[in-house]
Amino acid sequence: MASSALRSEEYDADVLVRVENVVKRFRASGRRPRGRDEVRAVDGVNLDIRRGETLGLVGDTGCGKSTLARCITRLYDLTSGRVVFDGHDISKLSRRRLRPYRLQMQMIFQDPYGSLNPRRRVGSIIGDPFAIHGIAAGAERKRRVQQLMELVGLNPEHYNRFPAEFSGGQRQRIGVARALALNPKLIVCDEPVSALDVSIQAQIINLLHDLQDEFRLTYIFIAHDLLVVRHISDRIAVMYLGKIVELAETEELFARPRHPYTNALLSAIPVIEEDGGGRRQRILLQGDVPSPIDPPGGCSFHPRCPKAQHRCSGEEPPLEVKLSDRPDHVAACHFPVEPGEDLGFTWQRATEP
Amino acid sequence: MSEVLARLEELPTSPAEPPPGAIEGRSPWQLAWARLRRDRVAIACAVVIVLITSVAILAPLISLLLGHERDTQYLETGLTAEGLPRGPSAQFLFGTDDLGRDVLVRIAYGAQVSLLAGVVASFVAVFVGVVVGLTAGYFGGALDGFLARFMDVVLSFPFLLFAIALVSIVGPSLRVAIGIIAFFSWAAVGRIVRGQTLSIKEKEYIEAARSLGASDVRIMFVDIFPNLLAPVLVYLTLLIPAAIVFEATLSFLGLGVVPPTPSWGNMLADSLSFYRVAWWFVLLPGAALLTTTLAFNLLGDSIRDAFDPRGERLFRR
Repeated sequence: MASSALRSEEYDADVLVRVENVVKRFRASGRRPRGRDEVRAVDGVNLDIRRGETLGLVGDTGCGKSTLARCITRLYDLTSGRVVFDGHDISKLSRRRLRPYRLQMQMIFQDPYGSLNPRRRVGSIIGDPFAIHGIAAGAERKRRVQQLMELVGLNPEHYNRFPAEFSGGQRQRIGVARALALNPKLIVCDEPVSALDVSIQAQIINLLHDLQDEFRLTYIFIAHDLLVVRHISDRIAVMYLGKIVELAETEELFARPRHPYTNALLSAIPVIEEDGGGRRQRILLQGDVPSPIDPPGGCSFHPRCPKAQHRCSGEEPPLEVKLSDRPDHVAACHFPVEPGEDLGFTWQRATEP
Repeated sequence: MSEVLARLEELPTSPAEPPPGAIEGRSPWQLAWARLRRDRVAIACAVVIVLITSVAILAPLISLLLGHERDTQYLETGLTAEGLPRGPSAQFLFGTDDLGRDVLVRIAYGAQVSLLAGVVASFVAVFVGVVVGLTAGYFGGALDGFLARFMDVVLSFPFLLFAIALVSIVGPSLRVAIGIIAFFSWAAVGRIVRGQTLSIKEKEYIEAARSLGASDVRIMFVDIFPNLLAPVLVYLTLLIPAAIVFEATLSFLGLGVVPPTPSWGNMLADSLSFYRVAWWFVLLPGAALLTTTLAFNLLGDSIRDAFDPRGERLFRR
C-alpha cells in the first residue's frame, strides 16, 4: 500500500498512531436550525501515540474520549482529519481495505456483560478473531484459544462455558483474551475497569500491565477514575468538549496542571490525608458542561473558568507549551495556572469531609 | 484510595477457581429443554402432534387396512337408500360423506395437506421474515424505512380478497395456497425480528465484532441470529397452527386444494349442507382441525414459557 505510506521525512518511526485534526460530528436528533444540527463530539484533535506507551484519556462524560478512540480504530468514519496508523493513512480506507489493520488494533470494552455475546460459548467468542481472519481453525484454533485463556488467567477447561457463568472480572479477562488473539500493536481500553469492583480492578490493571511488558503493546486507556489512569498511564490527555485541553507526562500533569479544568479534575480525587485533612480544597465547577451542539466560542471552557477574561471568549487558545514547562507538556489556555496559585477567589469551595 | 490500590497489587492475579464439578454449566437451550420436559401439557401436545403426523404419513397404509380408497365412492355400501351419508359403523369407522367416501381415510389424507401447508408455509414465512427483518433492523436508514413500510402494507392487506382475486387468475392449487399463506405471514415475523435486531445491534458485543473486522453478514448471522432463535422458534410453533387454519379457510372457500383431493377445509365445506343428518361428516374433520391447532398452540405456549428466564407461566396449570 505504497500510496498511503507517508513520505519518509514525515514518518516518525517512534509514533504508532498519529491523529491529525480529527473531527467527528453526529447528526443531532430532532429538527434544528442549520448550523446547530450537529453534535461536535470530537472537534479537531491532534495527538501522537508512541510505540509501547500507555496514553490515558480523561475527561467528563460526553467529552468525546470514547468517540475519539472509535475514530482511531475506525469504528466510526471521520468527519474530517486523518488517522495515520503505523505510517499508513487509514482514515479513508473502505471496510474491506481496513481488515488488515483490524488485526493490529483491538478494543477492550467497558461493560464486561454487554461486550460478550450471551448466546455464544467462551471458546467461540475468543476464537472469533481467528475465524474472522481465517487464521486458525479446528483443533489449532482451540489450542490457541486455550493458550490465550491461560495467558489471561482463565481456566482453559472452561472453553465450552457461556459468559453468564463467569464473574465480572473473569469476563473482562475474556475480553482481554479476545483483544490479544491477533497479536495487535495497539489496544484501546475503553473504561475497562470502571464496571468492576475495586479489588478486581487492580487485578485487571495488573494483567494489562504484564501483557504490555510481554507483548510490547501500546495502550490508549480511557477512564474517568484519575487514580487508575495515573497508575497505568505514561502520558495523560485531558479532554473537554471534544478537544484536548492539556497533555503531559503523568507525573508532570499531576505536579503542574496548567489548565484550570485539569486543576478542577485533579482536585476531585479523593485523598487519604495523613494530618487528618482539612487543608485541601475541592474545586466545584459552576454550571454544567455546555452542549456540544452549540459550544461556546473562543475557549470552550471560558463560561465556567474562574480565570476567564475577555480574550477567552473571543480567541481560541492553541495547544502549546506554557511557562517554563517541558516541551512535551502542552495546554490550551491563555492564562495557565501557576503552581501554588490560588484558584479559589471565584471558585465555589467545598471542604473535604 | 491510592493505598487501597497499592495494597491490592499484592493480591494474586489469577482469580480463585471454583471447586471442579461443583456447578454444571447449562446453556439457555438446555435449561429450556429441561423445563419443557417437565411440562406435562407440552409432552401431551408433542405426543398428539407426533400421532397426527404419523396418521398423515401412514394415510396410504390406513387406506389399505380399511380397504377403502381415498376418492372411491362406495355407492352401494356407503350411502343409505335415500342417498344420504352413512353414520359410523364397523365398516366405515368415521362414517361416509355425501358421495359415499370413507371419512376416516379422507381425514387421514387431509392431514397430509394440512400439515404440509402449515409447516411449509410457516418455514417459508419465518425464513423470509428473518432475512428481511434482520436486513431492515441491521442496516437501518432508508432501507429499513422501505422494508418496514412494506411490512406494514403487507400486514394491512385484505388477504382474503387478495387470495380470491389471485386464485381466480392463476387457479386454485396447494402450491398457490402455500404461497398465499407464506406471503401474508412473513411480515409479522419480520416485524418481530426487526425490533429485536434494532435492540441487539446496539449491544457492545456487536461493536466488538465490528472492531474485529467481522463482515455485516457474519455479524447478522453469527452474532445477532442466535439471540433471535428463541423468539423465532416460539413464533414458528404459533405460526404453524395459524397456517393450518389459513389453509383450511382457503380450501373451505374453494381457493385451496382442488377436489377430489381431501383437505380438512374442503371436507368442512362439503359437509355444511348435511349437518342435520350427518353430524360425523361435520364434526370429525372439525375435531381433527381443532385438535391439531390446539396441540400446536399449547406447545408454542409451553416453549415460550420454557424460554422465559423468570420461569413464570402465563396461565396456571
